[in-house]
Amino acid sequence: MNHLGFEMEKVKIGSFDFTCCEGCQLQLANKESTLPDFLALLDIRNFREISSERLDDYDIALVEGSITRPDEIERLKAIRAKAKVLIAFGTCACFGGVNSLKNRIPQEEAIREVYDNKAVETMPSMKISDVVQVDHSIPGCPVSKDEVEQILVGIVTRSQVSLPTYPVCVDCKQQLNTCLFDLGELCLGPITRAGCNAVCTTGKSACLGCRGPAEELNMPAFFELVKDRALSLNDLHEMLAFYNAFEPFATDET
Amino acid sequence: MIYKVISKGEFKAFIDALVQNNSSFGPRKVDTGSNGKPIYQFMPVKSVDEIDFDYTVTHSSAKHFFLPYRDELSHFNFSDGNWEQEIRYEAPPIILIGLRPCDINAVNILDDVMLHGAYPSPYYLARRKNNFIIGMDHMPLPDCFCHSMNRHTVNHGFNLFCSDIGDSYYLSINSSKAFNFLKEFKIEEPTYEDNCLLIERRKNIKNSFATKIEVSGLPCFLDIEFDSPIWQKWGDKCLSCGSCAMVCPTCYCYSVEECFDIDLKGSTRQNHLYSCNLVDFAQVTGGHNFRPKTGDRLKYRYYHHYRGFAANDNQQICVGCNRCGRACLADINPKDVINDLRLERESCMICVSPSPDKT
Repeated sequence: MNHLGFEMEKVKIGSFDFTCCEGCQLQLANKESTLPDFLALLDIRNFREISSERLDDYDIALVEGSITRPDEIERLKAIRAKAKVLIAFGTCACFGGVNSLKNRIPQEEAIREVYDNKAVETMPSMKISDVVQVDHSIPGCPVSKDEVEQILVGIVTRSQVSLPTYPVCVDCKQQLNTCLFDLGELCLGPITRAGCNAVCTTGKSACLGCRGPAEELNMPAFFELVKDRALSLNDLHEMLAFYNAFEPFATDET
Repeated sequence: MIYKVISKGEFKAFIDALVQNNSSFGPRKVDTGSNGKPIYQFMPVKSVDEIDFDYTVTHSSAKHFFLPYRDELSHFNFSDGNWEQEIRYEAPPIILIGLRPCDINAVNILDDVMLHGAYPSPYYLARRKNNFIIGMDHMPLPDCFCHSMNRHTVNHGFNLFCSDIGDSYYLSINSSKAFNFLKEFKIEEPTYEDNCLLIERRKNIKNSFATKIEVSGLPCFLDIEFDSPIWQKWGDKCLSCGSCAMVCPTCYCYSVEECFDIDLKGSTRQNHLYSCNLVDFAQVTGGHNFRPKTGDRLKYRYYHHYRGFAANDNQQICVGCNRCGRACLADINPKDVINDLRLERESCMICVSPSPDKT
């Protein structure tokens, strides 16, 4: 590939799934209109959803899912050792995701509920950065293919890679949506990182915060406005816990 | 300006003819709030029946018709180790129906900033030239304060302005285009009685403002209060969500983003309406943030609106529509912030010495 007179190599990439639904990886194979151009940037070394090749040399590792078994820790560490750049890919990888719901109940109870009394080796769900160093994060449930494209192009061209710092409200107002709070509903849009084009709130579904906290959150003010509107704090805690993305702020209630 | 009167029935026929044949936007009810009140936005309309002429206020302003939230400034094509820049100033003609005086005043302010400064924006000009604005007066909402900003009436910046005088609209025709369109419809010279009704309507509007903000001398006051603790007090409430700037009819600050096409054969430069309340608005290369504190960012938004920036001759750019106040989840609104600021200083008794006697 030639870009502005510079010869560029395709990036060798591997995509790996841990505890997850593989929906984020599936997004990589979506958006057919740009799929050939997208794949042209990449030398796919290991990605079971689109290739049967299993090669061990890659520069970028996309890691999807959370860590819930001891063997996953070993596998993840081996990937980290091989990859120059490791990207936490999707909400489960970035925050623990829906899988973390089981962290709120005793493990034995969770196992009994799902697997009856089968012996299952499991542990509380962890995000990728709990185990290894993460170089970039691409949050979202699922990830937005547009954003993935931009970030991978950024890595390929060695230009700036960043996520929006501001909350979903900016995207939502730009869609001329009615604020869900005006409809008497709770929504995590004001505290969640933008970049999703407010797809849920545009469909009149409350934001559940899959992209995690926006930067420099004012959590006390958010709790205050929920209380002022006589909305349920229990519901708010449920929403905050849904993707485990707001765990660091869980004790911020004023 | 030419003044005419049109019956409401004939006015509807006129508007219907316009919207049937042109890309048009007017106030439409989009939702009912949990308080039972309708929520309006300027939306596409294809027939006159879709327009809510008796609407109260739209949640967002009409700004994005002239300053889109996202706008491609240029596209770069790479080839043979070189590049070419492609720029388009294309804007399809649109008709905007039902803008309030404050909304039209806001567009006039944007004209000052975007067209009359040192660097006129060709992107803005393309859109501004290619529109037809029909204004309509209204009785103020309890929280409207455009009267305080002296933006409750407007005498330019529109093609046609309609004042509701009961069974008819009193028309102020401000363009030959509007006059020619109206020739096809039954319009009449205002009678003595029509003139009285118009004056009465205006008086009625003027006397109906329940919210007043004391803005005289405010620029000087703001300069003095730069370090006031009031800013932190309101900043502590602010979510830095940018909603105020997105719905504001005059907030025009933007960021520019550049991104490669996925095939690496080109790139786009895009303009993105931003807000000075967003956390990285004043962050520069290297990572330093000149305004990391919420209160400081909130303060600068108030300075831009009520003190004015040199770029637009220090003119106050707030028109008093209070859309920011309505959109703010944290209940921050200009009336309370400015009154708080004035009260803080004007009720201070610590260092006041009596004024010298008149001699």
